[in-house]
Amino acid sequence: MSNVEIMTGNQAAAYGAKLSKVQVISAYPITPSTPVTEIIAQWVEKGELKAEYIRVESEHSVMAVCISASTVGARVFTATSSHGLLYMHEQLHWAAGSRLPIVLCCVNRGVGAPWSIFNDQQDSIAQRDTGWIQIYCRDNQEILDSVIQAYRIAEEVYCPVMVCYDGFVLSHTIMPVEIPDAEMVCRFLPPYKPHTILSPEDPRNINPVIFPWQRRDAEGILRDGYMDMRWKLQHALEGSREVIIKTCRDYAELFGRDQGGMLWTHRTEDAEVLLAAMGSIATEATTATDILREEGIRAGVVGIRVYRPFPREEIRDVFGKAPAIVVFEKNISYGYEGALCADIKAALYGTGSRAPVHNFIAGLGGRDVKARELAEATRSSLAAIAAGNSERQTWLDCVTE
Amino acid sequence: MEPKDDNISAMCKPAVGEAGRTGDWRDATPVIDHSKCIASVKNRPACYLCWLYCPDGIVTAGIPVRIDLEYCKGCGICAEECPAKAITMVMHEEAGK
Repeated sequence: MSNVEIMTGNQAAAYGAKLSKVQVISAYPITPSTPVTEIIAQWVEKGELKAEYIRVESEHSVMAVCISASTVGARVFTATSSHGLLYMHEQLHWAAGSRLPIVLCCVNRGVGAPWSIFNDQQDSIAQRDTGWIQIYCRDNQEILDSVIQAYRIAEEVYCPVMVCYDGFVLSHTIMPVEIPDAEMVCRFLPPYKPHTILSPEDPRNINPVIFPWQRRDAEGILRDGYMDMRWKLQHALEGSREVIIKTCRDYAELFGRDQGGMLWTHRTEDAEVLLAAMGSIATEATTATDILREEGIRAGVVGIRVYRPFPREEIRDVFGKAPAIVVFEKNISYGYEGALCADIKAALYGTGSRAPVHNFIAGLGGRDVKARELAEATRSSLAAIAAGNSERQTWLDCVTE
Repeated sequence: MEPKDDNISAMCKPAVGEAGRTGDWRDATPVIDHSKCIASVKNRPACYLCWLYCPDGIVTAGIPVRIDLEYCKGCGICAEECPAKAITMVMHEEAGK
C-alpha cells in the first residue's frame, strides 16, 4: 500500500532514507538541511527506524563517520548544505576514492561571503570533481524517489551519490508526495554488500600510501598505482550511466513514476529554442515554455537530472538539432561561465551543432526566479540571436552596472 | 595467468613488504653494538625497548636483537630509546665503510 501525504522536500528526503532502511546516520545541523536529520533523529529515538544516529562536532567528522560506517558494511545517510558541504570537501574525496556507496542529500544553498542562507547551487557545483554522482531533483516526489534510487545506484557501482535539491524552494515547500510501500522498496533495493569484507580474522590495510607506479605486493599481486585507481573511479562514474538509466526504469516499472534517467524533456519535439536547467529552476522553465508556446514561440525544456556523470550522449541527442539553446543556472564558475552551460557546449563540440548558446546566471543567493522572467529572458535571447549574437552571458534580474 | 589486482579501493592484506621495500627510503642505518645491548650482555630476553618502539615492527626481539634492513626506514627511534646506547645511526656512506 502506498499513500499520498503533503510534505516538504526535507520530509521527502527523510522518508527516502527511512524506506531505504539506512543503518547509520551522522549529521551536523545547517540551514536549510536541518529538518531532514531532525526528522530522522526523531524516528531513531522513537524506535521507528532501527539505526545508529551519531552526533559529531562538524561536517568533516560527519563524512568521516559515514566513511567508517560504510566501510564496515552499513548503509549510511547524511544531509547538509552550503558551508557544511564545503567543510566536508576533503572527506568527499576520501569517500569516492574508497568507493563507498554513501548517499548524501545536498539541500542547495548559496556560499559565503557574505552570509546567505538562501538557495543557489554553488555548493554542490563546487563539489563537482570529487568523484560523486550528482542528481538534481525538480520536485519533492523526485527527492524521495531519487534517494531510494541513489542507494541502488551507489551500491551497484560503488560510488557515492549526492542527491541535490533546492533549499527553501523545495526543502521548505509542501507538495503532495506519494510514499511508496516499504515492502516494495525492499524488493527494489537489495541489501548492501560492501566491496571488501572487514573482519578481525582477516584484517585489511585501509587506504595505505599508494605510489605513482604499479608494484607487486607481498603476495606477488601487481597492485594499482595511484593513477590506475583514479582511472577506475573515472571508469566507474562513466559506467554508472547505464546503471542510473536501468535503475530509473526499474523504479518506474514498480512504482509508476519515471524521472527520465539522465535527463528529462518537456515539449522539445518541434522546438525552435530549448531551455536547459537543473533542479527547481527547470520546473519553473516548463511553465515558461508553456507561456511562450501560447505566444507562438515553440520552446521546450531539457531538465538535466544527472550532472555527474554528465549525460554527454543524451545532450547530443536532445540538443543536436536545436536551433537555439538557452541555459539557466544557479551557479557561476567565476572567471568563465555557468558550469552547466560550459559542459553542454563541450558535449556538443564536434557534433556539427552551430546552435547559439546563451547563458543566464539566475537566482543566486535565493533571488526569486519566476516563470515569466524566464520567458522574457528567452524572448530577449531569441531577439539577440536574430541580431547575430550567438554567445551571451546575462545575470538575470541583477544590477550589473 | 598473471595474478591481477581487481580491488577497486586501496584496501589490501597487511603483510611484511605490503608497502614495498621501504628500506631504500633510509638515509641513516641503525647499527647495534651487541657488547652493549642488554639482551646480548645478559644472554636472556630483556629490555627490547627497540622492538617495542619501532613504528614499523621490523625489530626481532631475539638474542641477539636483529633489525630487518630490507624495511627499516632509518627513523632512529630505536637508537633514541635504547637505554644502553647500543644503537647508533650511521649515514649510508659511512655504514658501507
